[in-house]
Parts: sequence; C-alpha cells; structure tokens
Amino acid sequence: MQIIQPHYHAIARTAQDYERMAMSGVVAVCEPAFWAGFDRRHPETFIDYFAQISEFEPTRAAEFGIRHFCWVAVNPKEAENPELTQEVLRKMPEFLEKPTCLGVGETGLHKSTQNEIYSLQAHVEMAMKYDQLVLIHTPHLSDKAHGTKTVLEVLAGMDVNPDRIWIDHVEEQTIESVLDAGYWAGMTLYPVTKCSPRRAVDILEKYPRERLLVNSSADWGPSDPFTLQESIVEFRRRGHSLQAAVEIYHNNPCRFLGQNAKWDIKPITISED
Amino acid sequence: MLSPQKTLNTYYLEARRDLLEVAAMLDRYDEAVKRDGQKAGDESRKDSLLQAMEILSKPDHADANRTEQLLVHFAKID
Repeated sequence: MQIIQPHYHAIARTAQDYERMAMSGVVAVCEPAFWAGFDRRHPETFIDYFAQISEFEPTRAAEFGIRHFCWVAVNPKEAENPELTQEVLRKMPEFLEKPTCLGVGETGLHKSTQNEIYSLQAHVEMAMKYDQLVLIHTPHLSDKAHGTKTVLEVLAGMDVNPDRIWIDHVEEQTIESVLDAGYWAGMTLYPVTKCSPRRAVDILEKYPRERLLVNSSADWGPSDPFTLQESIVEFRRRGHSLQAAVEIYHNNPCRFLGQNAKWDIKPITISED
Repeated sequence: MLSPQKTLNTYYLEARRDLLEVAAMLDRYDEAVKRDGQKAGDESRKDSLLQAMEILSKPDHADANRTEQLLVHFAKID
C-alpha cells in the first residue's frame, strides 16, 4: 500500500527510518518546521534550518525513493521572542517559493499566551497574503482543549479559507469543533502523549473522513514513525477495505496538499481485480 | 529506588495513556452495540474490566498489592 506521512520531522530521524518507511510503502513525507528542543536565539539559525528542510532533506529522502516536502514557520514555543519571530517572518517568503515548500507551519499555540497568539495571527496573515496552506499545531495534554478553542477563536476573527487550513494533533475532545468549523483535522499518533493508533481508528469510524489526516509527527522525542502503519493495520483488521485505507492514508493528504500546485502526487484507486 | 514523587512523575503519562486505551475500548464496545442493535451475548469480559477499575479506585491498598488483586480477579473469567 502506498502511504503518505503528512507530518514528519525527518532531521531528527535516521536514514534507517527512511529505509524502513520506504519498505513499508511510504512514498512521501512532509516536514513542518518545529522546535529544536531549545529556544533558538538568532534568525540565522532559522534560515539555516529552513535551508536544511527545503534543500538538503529532499536529497536524503530521495536516496530511498521517498519524496520530501516541507513547511516553514517559527514554532509557537519560540513566539515569546517577538523580535525573533518578526525577523524570521521577514525571511520566510523566499522559502515559500522553494519547489518543495507547501506552506506555513507548524504555527499555532503552546501555552496560548498573548505573544503566541500574535505570532499565530502573523503567520496566518502571511499565509493568506502569499496564498499558502497553513498547518496549525495545537497544545499538548492539559492545554489541548483550551488551546484548540483559542486557535479556532483566533481564526474566526481572520479572513481565512478553512479548506486551506489543517489543525493538527486533534483528539476526542477537540475533533468535533475543528471539523464543525470546516477545517481539516490531523491526528498525531504518539506512543504516550497524543492519540494512539487504535483511538485514531475509532475516530475514523465515528466521524466523516473527508477532512481527516493521520500522521506520526516522529521527532527527537518519544515518538515512532511506524505508529502510522500501526493504525493502518488496525484499520484493515477491523474489516475496512484497502481502498478505504488508501483514501485516508494516501488520498486525503493528496487532496489537502494538492491545493498547492507543488504537490504533484495524485489520489489513487486500487484495482482488486 | 524512586521517591514517591519521582514515581508519579515517571509513570503518570504512561498510566494516563493506558487508561485512555481502556476508555477507548469500552467506547468501541458501546459503538459496536449501537451499530449492531444488541449487546454481546456474553458481557463478562466487559464486566470484569469495570470490576477491576472498582478495585483500583479504592483509596487505600496498604499492602500495595493491586496487581496481585487484579490477577486474581481476572483469573475468574476465561
């Protein structure tokens, strides 16, 4: 089965992960800009990072036949440095023009502070100005419900097209409000702190699937690129067809990401003749 | 050996994850009942899980033997 990993922090992973993903059917990964584990102090650090994910990382993925795409943003955890955020935002348009850059992300909220909200608004405004897709991070654990509600309130006050916005890391307590507002919703499967492969399949069985994305967001923390494949196995084990799996794990990413012309992977139909 | 606080801090998130899986399993069962319009012919496994949680929710377990109690409890059904 051909699989797309829509949210994957490749620079934190090994070549062996690429190799194993390729062996499991992954044909493309998308790498949003994220937190490095410490607060960066210099805009130049972001510039080099954006160059790494837009220029170098596609070559590493290509060694294993995997397409690599990216997103650029200042992570919400670093929004407490507004000067840095502004300087990086000024540099972002040149990266939005890179042939594998799909949009602005992951922006969003971490503790839902005023600085984070300003940064989210500035990122979304830039995305709308440059006709870009947006990937929005929602907070972890106890901040999840409040932070997601705040994200939706911020977006409701802006002139945005929900078709072009993906709100990520939804769980049972937040998915309905995201879908009801017309946005795409992403489920991130973590071994401990986010949704699990089985719970993701429960959600897939409960809600309309047309705007749902599933990802592993594997990074430098406790995470696993293969939680995505675990959920596919669970989905199939419950009797869902191969085409139904393809719709979720390949075609839905194509439909959302394909709104950017740089994404040239098309939805596929499986012939079971 | 870990201090009481370190024990909670170390294992809380994993225990949270495991409880969410149990909650999701029970929700999955209820959804299946809704879909099929009838309960399982034998609900003893569901009842066993709920009884196990009652055992866990007792405030004091002076002998720190919850695990042993659950194993004895689960041994009552196939």
